[in-house]
Amino acid sequence: MTSVSTPVVRTPNERRRTGSIAWHLGALAVLAVVLYPVIWVVGASFKPSKDIIASIDLLPTQPVWANFSGLGDGISGIPISSFFWNSLMYAVLAVVGVVVSSSLTAYAFAKIRFAGRNLLFTLMIGTLLLPYHVLLIPQYVLFRNLELTDTLVPLVAGKFLATEAFFVFLMVQFMRGLPRELDEAAKLDGCGHFRTYWSIVLPLSRPAIITSAIFTFINAWNDFMGPLIYLNTPEKYTVSLGLMMFRDQEGISNYGSMIAMSLVALVPVIAFFMAFQRYLIDGMATSGLK
Amino acid sequence: MTLVKEAPARPAGKRPAAPAAGRRGRRRENLAGYLFMSPWIAGFLLLTAGPMIASLYYAFTRYNLFTPPEWVGFDNFTTMFQDPRWQKSVEVTLKYVVVATPLKLLLALGVALLLAQKRRGQGVYRAAFYMPSLIGASVSVGFVWRALFSDDAVVDRTQKIFGLDVGGWIGNPDYVIYALVALSIWQFGAPMVIFLAGLKQVPQELYEAAEVDGAGPLRRFWNITLPMISPVLFFNVLLESIHAFQVFGSAYVVSDTRCGPADATLVYTCYLYQKGFKEAQMGFASAMAWTLVIAVALVTAVLFWSQKKWVHYEEAAK
Repeated sequence: MTSVSTPVVRTPNERRRTGSIAWHLGALAVLAVVLYPVIWVVGASFKPSKDIIASIDLLPTQPVWANFSGLGDGISGIPISSFFWNSLMYAVLAVVGVVVSSSLTAYAFAKIRFAGRNLLFTLMIGTLLLPYHVLLIPQYVLFRNLELTDTLVPLVAGKFLATEAFFVFLMVQFMRGLPRELDEAAKLDGCGHFRTYWSIVLPLSRPAIITSAIFTFINAWNDFMGPLIYLNTPEKYTVSLGLMMFRDQEGISNYGSMIAMSLVALVPVIAFFMAFQRYLIDGMATSGLK
Repeated sequence: MTLVKEAPARPAGKRPAAPAAGRRGRRRENLAGYLFMSPWIAGFLLLTAGPMIASLYYAFTRYNLFTPPEWVGFDNFTTMFQDPRWQKSVEVTLKYVVVATPLKLLLALGVALLLAQKRRGQGVYRAAFYMPSLIGASVSVGFVWRALFSDDAVVDRTQKIFGLDVGGWIGNPDYVIYALVALSIWQFGAPMVIFLAGLKQVPQELYEAAEVDGAGPLRRFWNITLPMISPVLFFNVLLESIHAFQVFGSAYVVSDTRCGPADATLVYTCYLYQKGFKEAQMGFASAMAWTLVIAVALVTAVLFWSQKKWVHYEEAAK
């Protein structure tokens, strides 16, 4: 394109190279904007509290450790580790629940021909579009009447009952893609459905299951509304609520520790993401295609 | 492995009878099906269908959790429509949906087009652009946003260098919603990845043919890329707008827990939360929730209806 208007004659190789440089410059420019908040929070966590809002610098002029060491005091008498432990419990239970219940349900939808399957599948997809808020109040009333508020039960019950339709859908799509011959052969060999599910379909569905597990972990770790509604003793708070409490207690005066704790709270998510980004991205991509 | 080898050995053309064919086999399949999906059935009845019926009932009652629900007919709805804060929450939510969704999708598509070119380091870029989609929901990022967009903080000061003084973002009722919009746009990774997957499916021959015919890049984009990715565009528009209607966490954290200042970020679900869980007006909140369901259903229906006009599905796969 450019060679038409400019008198300089370029070889195709040179043109490819300038194209490539332009591409990388463009991509890096977008990247700089996108990653700015992430780099900023790392830098800010080493700044003295008074500089965090006031200074325009991305990185601290003189890094301080006080923000992190201050976290050792905990938040109004509760050690930080308590929030992390609660979040970890929530996330692990959620992962177990989603993996077990969604894979069983997905197997039924993908591999068993039973009466009413299509109708139930449509209902399941329908729940994907249903605003969660319509269930919020009656679910709260239900768990309150069962005296289960202020426990993890309301937060994870749905995960054990396959209500996360997105993951069921993801696993159904994946299991449908597995060759039919495999489960037909298993049937001929006398395997019942449970055996086929356990020894053939489940191991082959590993990518879909890992994707669902990681998404579930990260969603549970980030979850804010669920804990906000159901948990009320500070000892049972998850990291999200701990952060809110921190803000209410310390306010602007201790901005540094707040930012430091925000960063620490993000570490598990970022670590999981780094380790499994390929699965997550491919899982996300397939959800929009089929 | 033996399983795989044995399979082709069966008589060609005819599928072998399953071990337990016939009515008994069918009954057994039905039983197995329902057994396998019993967690979902229990979840659907207990946590979805049951609560939906309950909340429909609550929507027509006055209910404060402590005394039994009292039937009031359409009272909640009439009070709701006349409630200025409810009207404000609808206005704020619509503004958020209408501004954030198109901008987010535009950025997602732009970056996807950039990344669709085969270049070194593509995977790294893709991963980096996707990351905000995962961490964006965290309270931590809400705090970071608050710190970045506070009055006299980084964004405000940087603007002033360019002579754009808007009087701060977080504390300014006219601008605080755009801090939330920015947070939403920042999380463009998920739709980007879906666009990228869609772009990979476009047959290269089409571009080559168009180039031979003398179509420039803009024309190729308009006449080939856009129609070919219209199904994923539809999917993204549907999902992102439904999500935008339900925004809560960012509004609650970024603009202090009252969704202010001056109700400027009182998104629909924030008001629902206040009514239900702060004021214990479960009936009113349920009426709000059902109104949201109807609004989302309408948007979904309109999008599905409109797709006939602009979404291009290939009739037969290659």
